[in-house]
Amino acid sequence: MHDLTPLNALAGDAPANDTIGTLTLTENPELALASVAARKGQERKCKAALKQLLGKPAPGPGKACLRDPEAAFWTGPDQWMVGAPYDTHEDLADQLSKLLGAAASVTEQSDAWVCFDLRGAAMEDAMALLGPLNIQSMKTGDATRTSIHHLGCFVIRRDPSDWVRILGPRSSAGSLHHAIIAAMKSVA
Amino acid sequence: MIIHHPTLGPRDSAEFVYLGDASLINRPDPTAETKAQDFHDYAYLRDNPAGPIRELWFHEGGDRSWLVVTRDTTTHEITAVEFARDVARKQGRSV
Repeated sequence: MHDLTPLNALAGDAPANDTIGTLTLTENPELALASVAARKGQERKCKAALKQLLGKPAPGPGKACLRDPEAAFWTGPDQWMVGAPYDTHEDLADQLSKLLGAAASVTEQSDAWVCFDLRGAAMEDAMALLGPLNIQSMKTGDATRTSIHHLGCFVIRRDPSDWVRILGPRSSAGSLHHAIIAAMKSVA
Repeated sequence: MIIHHPTLGPRDSAEFVYLGDASLINRPDPTAETKAQDFHDYAYLRDNPAGPIRELWFHEGGDRSWLVVTRDTTTHEITAVEFARDVARKQGRSV
């Protein structure tokens, strides 16, 4: 086995952390992710299993279920993304596969996404510059996919509501980081 | 242009990718005797109406759903947006 040093999405030893004006942007590498897609005819069974996992119904269109350790957000008709702390749930996809059985197809997503937390009073102004998403109409617990600088990203409005989580394609982490920083500078 | 997504509400058309006429859902039967003519018509023949047209849009920058959008080609007014899978299911497919 090679002795490899793990790197963050932006290739740094430590997660990126930028403060501009009142806004902070933090790279969050502590997130395990797995996608869940209900198989045809198994939608009800899949939703029941997710309810068992989350302790409340699987989130509907445009919604997230914010909780610890497992959380989930809706990504499409009969599809969800489930997230959990990486330290305790490195094998999240395996766990979900066992839970869901033949009711759903589960894929490991942890290394496919970069996760940024943008916080601060001017968060809405920065998000308004980043794409067509109407961030003002989103409340805590709303989650949606949108295009940020031509990158398909998930945007989740967290609690407190001046905090937004952005999941973007990990292979374009640098471009997404650059776009968010540019927006932060513009509203600072 | 704003497309009213059936579940996600009004979304900017920049989030969508356009495919073409909604008749593309109805792929001909490849075992039919008339298959050569059917596939020729399926691939090449399109109506070009000045007025309402049903077309396929993909919510690429959104929930990745295929939609059937009814749009007036003279005014760009959108009168109906449905999930393509619901349209197919109404025809007894994909159930």
